[in-house]
Amino acid sequence: MRLNWLKSFLVATLSLFWATLSTPALANESPAEEKLDPAKLILEHIQDAHDFHFFTLEKKDGTEFHATLPLPVIIYSNTKGFSVFSSARFHHGHEAYNGYKLEEGKIISEDPAEKIVDLSLTKNVVQMLLALTLLVSLMIGIAGKYKRGEGIQSAPKGWQNAVEPVITFVRDEVAKPNLAGKYQKYLPYLLTVFFFILINNLFGLIPGSANVTGNIAFTVVLGVISFFVILFSTNKHFWGHIFWYPGVPMVVRFLIMLPVELLGVFTKPFALIVRLFANMVAGHIIILSFVALIFIFGSMNAIAGWGFSPLSVLFAVFIYLIEIMVAFIQAFIFTNLTAVFIGQAFEGGHEEGHH
Amino acid sequence: MSFISTLLEVQFGLSHMGGAIGAGLAAIGAGIGIGQIGKGAVEAIARQPEASNDIRANMILTAAFVEGVALFAVIAGLLAVLKA
Repeated sequence: MRLNWLKSFLVATLSLFWATLSTPALANESPAEEKLDPAKLILEHIQDAHDFHFFTLEKKDGTEFHATLPLPVIIYSNTKGFSVFSSARFHHGHEAYNGYKLEEGKIISEDPAEKIVDLSLTKNVVQMLLALTLLVSLMIGIAGKYKRGEGIQSAPKGWQNAVEPVITFVRDEVAKPNLAGKYQKYLPYLLTVFFFILINNLFGLIPGSANVTGNIAFTVVLGVISFFVILFSTNKHFWGHIFWYPGVPMVVRFLIMLPVELLGVFTKPFALIVRLFANMVAGHIIILSFVALIFIFGSMNAIAGWGFSPLSVLFAVFIYLIEIMVAFIQAFIFTNLTAVFIGQAFEGGHEEGHH
Repeated sequence: MSFISTLLEVQFGLSHMGGAIGAGLAAIGAGIGIGQIGKGAVEAIARQPEASNDIRANMILTAAFVEGVALFAVIAGLLAVLKA
């Protein structure tokens, strides 16, 4: 008993000492040379850019060698018309070219009165086009094989073996349970969304590639398309439920159910958008943070940097495996939820049997 | 008293602190939620091992939903930090 009282007393006095007698130790102003900024580094890797940057080496004479693949810049301005040039002319933002400057990854005009529309082939666009080519060539090739009877009268060959179970999975686990009866109409859209998101997720995991699905613009477009598909499958029963929710008093019906149900029409695709975006961005940030930890430790002490790298690489590999699983899961969840919402839009007539 | 005065001087950093604490709370929420899902799934498998494939599929699906909600909060925290 006395020992407990003594311990509490010691804790109290020490906390008081710390809270009142401590002096603030402000961070020193370090010399402005090569200060490592991990947040900026990580954000640079997640955002879109005008070139593919693979790695940077420091040469013996102190200059840096950037292994990059510069991408074409296409700008339409209301004064100069179309300009097409390679982004290498910007020299990573150090030089202006033809009246345009690269600042923080965005192209701005040196003339403030000029309005420009940036239509460049950036990292995300090029990776989306690559995924598109892969998807279309793969699927058309496989469909051609099925048309010729391979895989129906004989055993499936080549890529059919990999793709057929996935298509069967989407048809039997996602489309049929949720869209009973009308699943044939929606299967092309569901399969397209599933494979496009999956291929872009998997491409985004390759080091040096672009983070397409972690880009809010990409997910917004997918969400809006799903929103319109859902909207065009609605029937009278659906809108009846929103404006005249059955089984509640009139006050509740108009004051609560109507706004809630109307908002619900919009929040469901919004959740789809943010879920895909947040999962992909968070995964990439985690992987990049583990790798950046090596550099953070390294900037404090070179030995600590080297010593910590095996641990960091181990964690990064572990998170990579989880991210591969998340790539599949997020594609599946987007497709599954779209199918569920479409099913909810045209279901109906289940009340009449109850009373 | 200098500790408290230091805290009052850090006004520009309050949004950073709020964002970071919010993300941490979201992690706690996700941990508790997915832990409950795992607990329910494992108990169900223990009761009926033949259904383990169905249970595993549902567990992964539900865990992705809960994680999605936690990541909404992470995005809100990121916005708080980045948009000052």
